[in-house]
Amino acid sequence: MYSFLQKFGRLLVIWLPLGWLCIFFMLPLVEMVNVSMSEARRAVPPYNPAFQIGRDGISFQPVVDNYLLIYEYWEDYLWPAVNSVKLAFFSTLYCLLFAYPIAWCIARSNKSLQHILLVLVLMPFWTSSLLRMYALIGLLNPNGIINNFLIWAGITVTPIQMMQTDFSIYSGMILTYLPLMILPLYASLVRLDNSMLEAAADLGAKNWDIFATIILPLSVPGLIAGCLLVFIPAVGEFVIPALLGGPEQLMLGKVIWTEFFRNRDWPVAASIAIILIAIIILPIVYARYQDKEGIS
Amino acid sequence: MHSNVPFMVKLLAIAGFGILYIPVVMMMIYSFNRGKLVSVWAGFSTKWYKELWSDDVLLTALHNSLIIGFSSATISTILGLLIAIAFVRFSDFGGRLFLSLFASAPLVMPEAVTGLSMLLLFIAMEASFGWPSGRGVDTIMIAHATFGMCFAAVVIQTRLRNMDKTLEEAARDLGGRQPFVFLSITFPLILPSVIAAWLLSFTLSFDDVVIASFVSGPGSSTLPIVIFSKIRLGVSPEINAIATLMILVISVLVMIGGFMVLRRDSEK
Repeated sequence: MYSFLQKFGRLLVIWLPLGWLCIFFMLPLVEMVNVSMSEARRAVPPYNPAFQIGRDGISFQPVVDNYLLIYEYWEDYLWPAVNSVKLAFFSTLYCLLFAYPIAWCIARSNKSLQHILLVLVLMPFWTSSLLRMYALIGLLNPNGIINNFLIWAGITVTPIQMMQTDFSIYSGMILTYLPLMILPLYASLVRLDNSMLEAAADLGAKNWDIFATIILPLSVPGLIAGCLLVFIPAVGEFVIPALLGGPEQLMLGKVIWTEFFRNRDWPVAASIAIILIAIIILPIVYARYQDKEGIS
Repeated sequence: MHSNVPFMVKLLAIAGFGILYIPVVMMMIYSFNRGKLVSVWAGFSTKWYKELWSDDVLLTALHNSLIIGFSSATISTILGLLIAIAFVRFSDFGGRLFLSLFASAPLVMPEAVTGLSMLLLFIAMEASFGWPSGRGVDTIMIAHATFGMCFAAVVIQTRLRNMDKTLEEAARDLGGRQPFVFLSITFPLILPSVIAAWLLSFTLSFDDVVIASFVSGPGSSTLPIVIFSKIRLGVSPEINAIATLMILVISVLVMIGGFMVLRRDSEK
């Protein structure tokens, strides 16, 4: 009796979350694939399901029209895809530029300061990205704090256009994702053996040589982890291009939103979502592959 | 700070911290601005905070957000705990591959994709068997619980893996049986991570705007949805005030959570 109960409990522990995830994570993705292969129509809901269980049995009539449409109007859909990758790529680079010195400083400071600095890094990560983007708008607006200061200081007469440019997107991305880059870099830099650096310095190596030959190679795992943690969410970002970007800064996340809410073309929105998933899977598979190479 | 950190590196690090904090600090300062213009200082005032309490739309949204946050964080933590136990304590079981795949994929899924796919499912479900009838607080709660549990599982898993196993083994040797050993030995030991997981799921739910926008219905707007639509209309001192309050509340919660984890660690 007891062992039966224990087996039952085990099954419950596994299948309660697994069942939930099957219904509310896997099934939605399956349904999204279904919708992406469905014909759009002017009705409620605005598509004709490809896979259907109805009164006259099961029917499955997939169409590829939506993907062809995306191909045909590539300027409207594929350009935002390229743009998403471009903006996410450079955002990752800029994050790296600022994150590396911060991670290095934290790793080299004494224990009590380390705790304080880590809390300072983590704090923004926990607060809403939406609110931080709003705070950034207050700085970058044509009549915002930076422009007011520049005009007051006599550096410029007319306000500088900072909103709705690549610059505003990059600022937003750095503000949102910098902590995600710092933490893995810090984790690999803090493990670095100080005596190695001292030995190199004693043997006459310059700062730059020490960095290029010892610090950088040993921090590669943290570097790759950080880049993935920034690049992946940055590609699918919606809030940043919606609030800080203009028509030139279109990204896939925003295109999905517009297709769905404004154009009410659900099948095309679903198809774009699937393309976005494909873009995200590539770097993950690459990282997994690299991992396996490293082990063997 | 160590003396062997070059000056340029320190300068870049300070610039990085500046980027993280200057916008938010400026926003907080200007939330006490008397004037209607957000970027011109016109004297100290707390009037925008007082105005928040008479804004019914904001208060309803806050109410929705709190209900969704509390319930989804609780579901996330319970299911996340189960996922962590399954991974760390059960050696091999059917469906392990699927569980590890499904429990990590939501972590990398773009919010717009998660939101869209969930909404499509809810609509298809409603068409096939009438549930959920329309979208509202319950659908947002389900969506938030789904991605929250994956984050909760990660947090609890780390703790469970690093836990001293001998205590559990001792209890079992002394005749303790499984649900009781877990409840009286294991659970108290991993409690800080469970609390941290709950706080993380709560803040994720409380901050989310994209997924909630997809799966919300009339009358179920959350606080971020309302703020998002206000921001699109332009900057206003009232948003400064509500944003300042939200950031302060979340920061205090995070500090409490961090303090609990640190205290447990130093006791060890």
